[in-house]
Amino acid sequence: MNMPLNIDWQQILLHMLNLALLIAILYFLLYKPVKAFMEKRQATYRAADDRAAQVQAEAEQRKAEYEARLAAAQEEIRAQKTAAEQETAAEAEQRLAKAAAEAEGLVTRARVQAQQEYDSMIGKANEEIAGMVADAADRLIFADASQAYESFLGEVESGGKDE
Amino acid sequence: MEKRRRVISLIVFGTVILGLIVGICLAPPGDQSESIQEVMQDAVLHESAKISLFGLLDVNPGLIAAYCVTALLLVLALLIRIFAIPRFTLIPGKLQILLETAVGYFDGLAQQNTPHSVGFVNVYLFGAGVYIFASTLFELLGVQAVTTAGHPVSLPAPLSDINGAIAMGVTSYLVILGGGLVKNKVRGVANTLKEFSLPISMSFRLFGALLSGALVTELVYYYTATSVVIPVIVAVMFTALHALIQAYVLTMLVSVFYGEVTEPHVKKPKQPKQSGRKRRAKA
Repeated sequence: MNMPLNIDWQQILLHMLNLALLIAILYFLLYKPVKAFMEKRQATYRAADDRAAQVQAEAEQRKAEYEARLAAAQEEIRAQKTAAEQETAAEAEQRLAKAAAEAEGLVTRARVQAQQEYDSMIGKANEEIAGMVADAADRLIFADASQAYESFLGEVESGGKDE
Repeated sequence: MEKRRRVISLIVFGTVILGLIVGICLAPPGDQSESIQEVMQDAVLHESAKISLFGLLDVNPGLIAAYCVTALLLVLALLIRIFAIPRFTLIPGKLQILLETAVGYFDGLAQQNTPHSVGFVNVYLFGAGVYIFASTLFELLGVQAVTTAGHPVSLPAPLSDINGAIAMGVTSYLVILGGGLVKNKVRGVANTLKEFSLPISMSFRLFGALLSGALVTELVYYYTATSVVIPVIVAVMFTALHALIQAYVLTMLVSVFYGEVTEPHVKKPKQPKQSGRKRRAKA
C-alpha cells in the first residue's frame, strides 16, 4: 500500500533501530563515563567542601573554647586584680596606721627629748649665768682687792726704799 | 612586516575569489536534467532518488545519511572514549568543557522537567539531542551518494526525510509512554495516550523545519546566480541555527511531557458533603 508523502514503515523502523543503537552506544561511550567523571569530581569537591566545613567548624569550636578560656582568664585576672587591689589597700592602710603610730611615737619622743634638751639647756644656761654672775662678782671683788694689794705692795716697796 | 604579510594575504584571497567568479560566469551551465519543480518534489518525497542499502533494499538518501551520521558519531565517541576521557582533569580543557556542558545540559534538563523520574530520560535526551544536532549539520558536508538510477545525490539531513522525522517523533512518544507506564502504570499510559497528537506534531515539526532548510538550499543551489555568497547565509540560518533550535525544542518537549506523565498522582482529600441548607446558608 502506497502511503502519502512516501512514508515507508520499513524505513521508519530502520531509522528507529538506528536511533536506538546510537543512543545505547552513545550512553556507554560518552554519557556514562563523562557523567561518572562529573560525579566523581563533584564528590571530590564535596568531600573537600565537607573537610573545609569540618575544619572550619573545628576552628570555630577552638575559637569558642579559646574565647571562653580567654574570658575565664580575664575574669580570673579581674578577680585577682580586685583581690590584689583590696590587699594592697589593706596593706597600705595598715602601713599608714603603722606609719602614723610610728610618727606619733617619734613626735612624742622628739617632744620629750626636746623638753629634756630644753630643760638641760635651761639648767645649763642657769648654771652658766650663775657662774657668770659669780665670776662677775668675783671679778668685782677681786678687782678691788688686787688694787688694794698692789697699792699695798707699792707702798711696801716704796717704804723699804726710804729706809 | 606584519602589514606586508596582510596585504599579500588579501591579494591572494581576492585573486582566488575573482578567479572563482570568472570561472562561474565562463563555465558552461551544467546539464540540468530536472526542473526546479522536480528537484523540490524529490527533496520532499524522495520518490525517484533511491539508494540501494547493501543491495538489500532501495531506501531514501535520508536513511543512508542517518547511518552515516551514526557511524561518524560512534567513531567520534569511540575516539573520545579512548583518547580524551581517560585524560580528563579536575581543571577541564576545551573538549572536556564541551562534553561536560552537553552532558550537564541534558542531565539538567531532565532533572528540571522530570524531577520524579530521571533514570532513563536524560540518556534519551542526550542521544536525541546529539543526533538531531549532528544530523542537521551533516547536510553541510555535502556527502555524495549514487542513486539506483546512477545519478549523484548529495545526502540530506536525515530528519528532512519524513521517515526519519516520524521515527524520531514516534520514538520520543514511545519513551514518554514507557516512562508513564513504568512510573504511573495505567494512569501514566492514559495520560500519554491523551496526548495522541504528540508523535504527529513532533514528527512534522522536525520534518517541516528541516525540510524548509533543505528546500531553500536546493533552490539556492539550483540557480547559478544565487549559488554565490547566499549559501553562506542560508547554511547558517537553515542549518546551524536549526541544528541548535530543533535539538533544543524536541528535547525540551520530550522532557516536559515525560515529566507530566511520570508525575506521581496525589489523591485530593475528599470534601465533606454539605447539606443543601448549609450550602445555602454559606452562600
